[in-house]
Amino acid sequence: MSRTDWEVVIGLEVHTQLNTQSKIFSGASIAFGAEPNAQACAVDIALPGVLPVLNKGAVERAIRFGLAVGATIAPKSIFARKNYFYPDLPKGYQISQYELPVVVGGQIHLLVPDGKGGAYEKVVNLTRAHLEEDAGKSLHEDFHGMTGIDLNRAGTPLLEIVSEPEMRSSAEAVAYAKALHALVRWIDICDGNMQEGSFRCDANVSVRPRGQAEFGTRREIKNLNSFRFLQQAIDFEVQWQIDLIEDGGKVQQATVLFDPDSGETRAMRSKEDAHDYRYFPDPDLLPLVIDSAWIERVKGELPELPAALSGRFQGEYGLSAYDATTLTASREVAQFYLDTVAAVGSANAKTCANWVMGDLAARLNKAELDITASPVSATQLAGLVARIADNTISNAIAKKVFEALWNKEGDSADAIIDAQGLKQVTDTGAIEAIIDEVLAANPKSVEEFRAGKEKAFNALVGQCMKASKGKANPAQVNELLKKKLG
Amino acid sequence: MIDSSLKDIAAALRDRKVSAVELATESLARIDAGNPKINAFVTTDRDGALAAARAADERLAAGQGGPLTGIPLAHKDVFCTEGVLTTCGSKMLANFVSPYDAHVVSLLKAAGAVMVGKTNMDEFAMGSSNENSHFGPTRNPWNAGKVPGGSSGGSAAAVAARLVPIATGTDTGGSIRQPAALCGITGIKPTYGTVSRYGMIAYASSLDQGGAFARSAEDCAVLLSAMAGHDPRDSTSLERDSEDFGRECTPADAQPLAGLRIGLPKEFFAEGMEGDVRAAVDAALAEYRKLGATTVEVSLPNARLAIPAYYVIAPAEASSNLSRFDGVRYGHRAAEYGDLNDMYCKSRAQGFGGEVKRRILVGTYVLSHGYYDAYYIKAQKLRRLIANDFAAAFEQCDVIAGPVSPTVAFGIGEKSDDPVQMYLSDIYTIAVNLAGLPALSHPAGFGTGNLPVGLQLIGNYFDEARLLGTAHRFQQTTDWHLRVPAGF
Repeated sequence: MSRTDWEVVIGLEVHTQLNTQSKIFSGASIAFGAEPNAQACAVDIALPGVLPVLNKGAVERAIRFGLAVGATIAPKSIFARKNYFYPDLPKGYQISQYELPVVVGGQIHLLVPDGKGGAYEKVVNLTRAHLEEDAGKSLHEDFHGMTGIDLNRAGTPLLEIVSEPEMRSSAEAVAYAKALHALVRWIDICDGNMQEGSFRCDANVSVRPRGQAEFGTRREIKNLNSFRFLQQAIDFEVQWQIDLIEDGGKVQQATVLFDPDSGETRAMRSKEDAHDYRYFPDPDLLPLVIDSAWIERVKGELPELPAALSGRFQGEYGLSAYDATTLTASREVAQFYLDTVAAVGSANAKTCANWVMGDLAARLNKAELDITASPVSATQLAGLVARIADNTISNAIAKKVFEALWNKEGDSADAIIDAQGLKQVTDTGAIEAIIDEVLAANPKSVEEFRAGKEKAFNALVGQCMKASKGKANPAQVNELLKKKLG
Repeated sequence: MIDSSLKDIAAALRDRKVSAVELATESLARIDAGNPKINAFVTTDRDGALAAARAADERLAAGQGGPLTGIPLAHKDVFCTEGVLTTCGSKMLANFVSPYDAHVVSLLKAAGAVMVGKTNMDEFAMGSSNENSHFGPTRNPWNAGKVPGGSSGGSAAAVAARLVPIATGTDTGGSIRQPAALCGITGIKPTYGTVSRYGMIAYASSLDQGGAFARSAEDCAVLLSAMAGHDPRDSTSLERDSEDFGRECTPADAQPLAGLRIGLPKEFFAEGMEGDVRAAVDAALAEYRKLGATTVEVSLPNARLAIPAYYVIAPAEASSNLSRFDGVRYGHRAAEYGDLNDMYCKSRAQGFGGEVKRRILVGTYVLSHGYYDAYYIKAQKLRRLIANDFAAAFEQCDVIAGPVSPTVAFGIGEKSDDPVQMYLSDIYTIAVNLAGLPALSHPAGFGTGNLPVGLQLIGNYFDEARLLGTAHRFQQTTDWHLRVPAGF
């Protein structure tokens, strides 16, 4: 069988760290980077007698997420204990949600690049999202054969978002993860910092012969903390499973780790030695009851969601689905775009989109800057677009002005156009004078044109633009040149 | 002075007829003299007690004392006490000094009570005889060859022996009421959620409840009122205003209990109760009728299922609650071990006693995949049925009365090899915990061998004041609670 005879099935479990002030069951801070164990209080280190108290802020963020993906917010959900022994799990159990999670269902809409420069739309259904606490960290280095335990992370609030196994390629998995990443930042429940572990993916991967109804046996790749690793890990895993099956082997259910250095996945533990977590409702916590008033209040505080905004961009501004999705990839980009359009008027919405996604995005990318740190402000970009729209400058000159704005050569497009004399020449007499000079200096081209060489005309236009230092209105040059040669 | 009622001691303190330092000194001297006979204390805190007493005296001198200011008390060693050993009766925590106070401990500190020490208990509150303590069994002050009951046996014995006037305890399946009965004192377990569990080392979280020991119901009310109240650090703590649980402990007329309907569950009186206990219980009920109460037969048809339900739910929760004792951060760690797993196994094998291990094993088993529904879920259903039985009974009566324990105090070693026999000694108390109801035990006479018999009064939710008031009326016309064991 060839690679294309196999269908890949992927489901993702994403752990998003919620951006609360304090931990999910204690008052300790969750700020990243403190000295080991400086942010572990009596509850976090599980001293005898301590009890958990649920952080309402974490619940509120779960509600926000549920509303943003069109899910059901459970009126009553239950915290359960997941029991296992590990040194960085101080209580000997993790408080999580098992049978009754806080968020049920929901959908994520995404655009998947098709690898040919285009993209297709896809909807991924969510199974659930549940609240839980993070464990601490075991530090195996620097302790000479011993293990250090840092409990700063213990009790950090997580929302684990579980998708249905509906992705069919690593590209879809990455597109889903990116869309989810953008969404949790958009609704401000997670800082999305993947290096610091605020957004971690587990991928359940299986393969099956195309057309087969039942799923193959899956292996779960744990703890992927970049989109690139997600893609690499899935690609390797898929090929590994296909090779195994084609060699007559059978995939065993297992948990695997991805090694970024080798680019390979390797089994951590098999199903046989999987834990029996002995889940049961945590008797220290009451059922989590969320009434409709609470949901309504959270709903009222939600920002316009990317899907709605994208629809508005397509409907009101006539943008393509792709452009609208790109501009709503993050709240910051969307805001920048909205500010630009607001300053120059929605008649120029398409031009604004081109600039935000084009020159600005490229320049920011090159400079490794976030759009919030853009040297060119939305107002400045709007000023530039206005001058293109009213024919003061051509697109080519606009690129120069943009560079000048970027380099802080002036406060506004107008100031730069004035100071550098970039105003487009639209005076017919002046353009005719330039054309006459160019025709006189290039008799050969004129001759070639008259002999039927269309290319020679373009060369003459180029010469005229050059002679005007790019300032002549290209449409007028075309028109007048045709007349003169006619 | 320590033999007097709290009211009288508080008055003497207020009038400066006695100082808190004198009281603490008296209590410590009694512990020195009496404790070797009964092993009721794991720790005494002489310096801390005298310092607290001096502070109490200053408050009293300034006219700022409350009903507990300057009163010596003992805490069951299940409550965390900052800077003082908290062992929970276990080798696992034999060296554990808590960096914080349990909510109950800080409330009583704030009230000016003077903690003289920590009392012995069955390890992690698992037991009915106090024989499961790493620090040796507590002995019954009425007969040193007998058990004091458990798991709060140290607190009950300390109060019975008049070493302290009051002590705290916890009751998960009868651990306050049964030792109170066996030691001839009064003990109350309030409605679940009345006393914060913060800092009370968990055995079975959904059943554990702190409570009070004293000689009389009136004194229990004073202590319980100071221990109770909402604590935001315990999510199961009830959001109710503080109340004076002694408000019904008032002087009485000739028929003080006229109109009170006492329900007698026929299942409690059918079989199992020893003759001497039965005789004392019947006599106490006759006394209640004399005081104006009427008795009516009620039924708790599912009460017989309380022990099996309890011995699924409590061990299940315990198996998880005790996972934190892994030798990693505090508590006992084996001196020698191989890998991580070996460290867990050896530390826990060495640190826990037999009964604790038995319950961890049972709890782990009933929560395991494939058994959870058959045991844990079924036990939770039984729990609901038992609570419904009580609800139905309370439609016919105001309080329920019955025995606390089927026998008087049994001999040390008599049941320790037979866990099922031991479990059956809680047959009358366990259903109350499963339902979360308040209940008390008060002295009701003496049985074989001049050993005390207790009577249990069970109330509807939040009826602590009524229970204590009812017992108080009984204690105004009887003197069982004033009897002192010989030698103390």
